[in-house]
Amino acid sequence: MAALIDKLEHAPARLICGRHDNRPDALLEILHEVQTAEGWLSDDALRTIADALNISRAEIHGVVSFYHDYKRRESAKHCIKLCRAEACQAVGAEALAAHAEKKWNAPTSGNGADNQIELEAVYCLGNCALGPSAMIDGELFGRVTPERLDALAEQSIEKAERG
Amino acid sequence: MVGGPIRIYVPCDAAAISVGADDVAASIRREANRRKIDLELIRNGSRGMLWLEPLVEVETGDGRIAYGPVADGDVASLFDADFLSGGDHALAHGMTEQIAYFARQERVTFARCGVIDPLCLADFEAHGGLLGLRKALAISPTEIVDVVVASGLRGRGGAGFPTGIKWKTALEQLSDEKYICCNADEGDSGTFADRMLMEGDSFSLLEGMVIAGRAVGAATGYIYLRSEYPHAIKTMRCAVDIWREAGLLGDDIERSGTSFDIHIRVGAGAYICGEESSMLESLEGKRGEVKVKPPIPAISGLFGKPTIVNNVLTLATTPFLLAKGAAHYNNFGVGGSRGTQPFQLAGDVARGGLVEKAFGVTLRELVEDFGGGTRSGKPIRAVQAGGPLGAYIPTRGFDVEMDYEALAKAGAMLGHGGVVVFNDTVDMAHQARFAMEFCEIESCGKCTPCRIGAVRGKETIDKIIAGENRAENLEVLDNLCDLMTNASLCAMGGLTPMPVQSAVKHFPEDFGG
Ligand SMILES: Cc1cc2nc3c(=O)[nH]c(=O)nc-3n(C[C@H](O)[C@H](O)[C@H](O)COP(=O)(O)O)c2cc1C
Ligand code: SF4
Ligand code: FES
Repeated sequence: MAALIDKLEHAPARLICGRHDNRPDALLEILHEVQTAEGWLSDDALRTIADALNISRAEIHGVVSFYHDYKRRESAKHCIKLCRAEACQAVGAEALAAHAEKKWNAPTSGNGADNQIELEAVYCLGNCALGPSAMIDGELFGRVTPERLDALAEQSIEKAERG
Repeated sequence: MVGGPIRIYVPCDAAAISVGADDVAASIRREANRRKIDLELIRNGSRGMLWLEPLVEVETGDGRIAYGPVADGDVASLFDADFLSGGDHALAHGMTEQIAYFARQERVTFARCGVIDPLCLADFEAHGGLLGLRKALAISPTEIVDVVVASGLRGRGGAGFPTGIKWKTALEQLSDEKYICCNADEGDSGTFADRMLMEGDSFSLLEGMVIAGRAVGAATGYIYLRSEYPHAIKTMRCAVDIWREAGLLGDDIERSGTSFDIHIRVGAGAYICGEESSMLESLEGKRGEVKVKPPIPAISGLFGKPTIVNNVLTLATTPFLLAKGAAHYNNFGVGGSRGTQPFQLAGDVARGGLVEKAFGVTLRELVEDFGGGTRSGKPIRAVQAGGPLGAYIPTRGFDVEMDYEALAKAGAMLGHGGVVVFNDTVDMAHQARFAMEFCEIESCGKCTPCRIGAVRGKETIDKIIAGENRAENLEVLDNLCDLMTNASLCAMGGLTPMPVQSAVKHFPEDFGG
């Protein structure tokens, strides 16, 4: 048994749990931090967290699947979140999303063919007077037309390539 | 103008940044260096005139002069036009506070937002910050609660529950531990006031939370802040550090005997976690499932202890009540809606932004006088007021006064104060379908009318849109809506019918009627 646990040990997750004193009420924070570090939540990471916080894997699964932020698939290089809520709908968010899906050949909540871009739907980024709103690799943009989205995504890709 | 370098303000508000404020700030610095001009660039919050963002302000002897919306490429020409002395330019709007949109507001909760550097304690104090807290530390908890009761302040998160009564209940509980939980989950589409306040006047929220802590006898506070707000998270984390450093959080604050500390918890993208019992579950590290009430959180909340859950705006308004007195606040407003409400104009609106007005302003004034009609230039067809669970209101209903009672009478609600404008290309059947879809996506799943009802509702609207037995399916939809309204455990399932039924009622032509 010990050998099995050793093998599945996810060191970064273990470290992050320790930083939160292995407290179960810090679970959301821990999941955020692991996801920020790793890009997603792997089986190994979740197993390690369950062990560290002394809660069942079923409980962790319950939490991870409840919240939209947590990702159980490997992320693409770049993440584009498009606001699909009412105030952005009123200024063309649906057309923008359709454009993005076509342009990067990626479904919403999925990765594009070459794992370069992933698209996500979000419901309000708090920028509702300047919609349509988008968040690209964590940066917020307003008044996003299809042309502006293309340019912004390109910038983000270039920025990452320059390092 | 007193000596020293010229002061320039460029907002650090997320909305301003979303349209280039960071680039503009960098360009101004670069251009000033190039021209060897000594200036002090301050990153303030937003004044709330979001269509003018990035709004650059220059301080002059008479007040601040506004330029906007400034693009990166405009910066050199602003220097050429001597904007540093308030020079004329195509983007100049004169004195910021004389712009009609701003001048016609009653700024109470947002009095400092956009004026100060949100992370400068001296600036905060120079503009009336800490007065309310110091007053609260000098009087008894019961006296604080009395002020809040007398002010008539009601919760700004959506439900409009009288804040003083909530505080009184929590104060009366005997418990070794109590909590103050600030609801900063702001999930409603069309709303951004909480975000603007946290990014523009962060200390006012902390001040309100310490006052609440002293009032009910709580020593720990949490701010549950949605993950979609990275800028606000960063600002609030800095603000807490600054307050701890200054001894305004921690043990024995200003030798008053009151101890209070605040922790920030980040949400994980679930709309339902704005509902208070769901939020408390989430704060405990669990699934955000709604809990049956009673017990109410003021009696048994976080970790089973008496807990105040209040919205950002509610808490940030309490320092004003203490500093200026309950009567001052109570004088604003109409009927049972006392004080001011920060309205948020969003969607297809020419002048989108934040309008803080005393209750009683009409929807028409907000949308037409402040908002200036649509941004697209197309005619307005509808407004959705009060977020995704709020009613769609046709233009003929725009004379409704924006207060709790008048809106309820019109079959609508205030919610968190969002006003989303739609032009005449909107398909109301599509909007009704989205309301059901949103409920399906965001339902916590605890009760059947909401979990299953939303799916059936969406399917039924699909049939109506496809022209299948329209009359019958409209009746099915109506019955389903009544069931959801009456049998759902919380307002997620209970109010989803509001946008749906208001759309059917006011825009029957979109449903084949
Ligand atoms: C589905 C749902 C979502 C809600 N979202 C929020 C929210 O994002 N922010 C908020 O302050 N209140 C929200 N509320 C209201 C809270 O349950 C609660 O009434 C409020 O936080 C209490 O604070 P207040 O009295 O200061 O308004 C929501 C309620 C429901 C039913
Ligand atoms: S109405 Fe919906 S969100 Fe509310 S408790 Fe029931 S299932 Fe959960
Ligand atoms: S609705 Fe899109 S940012 Fe709020």
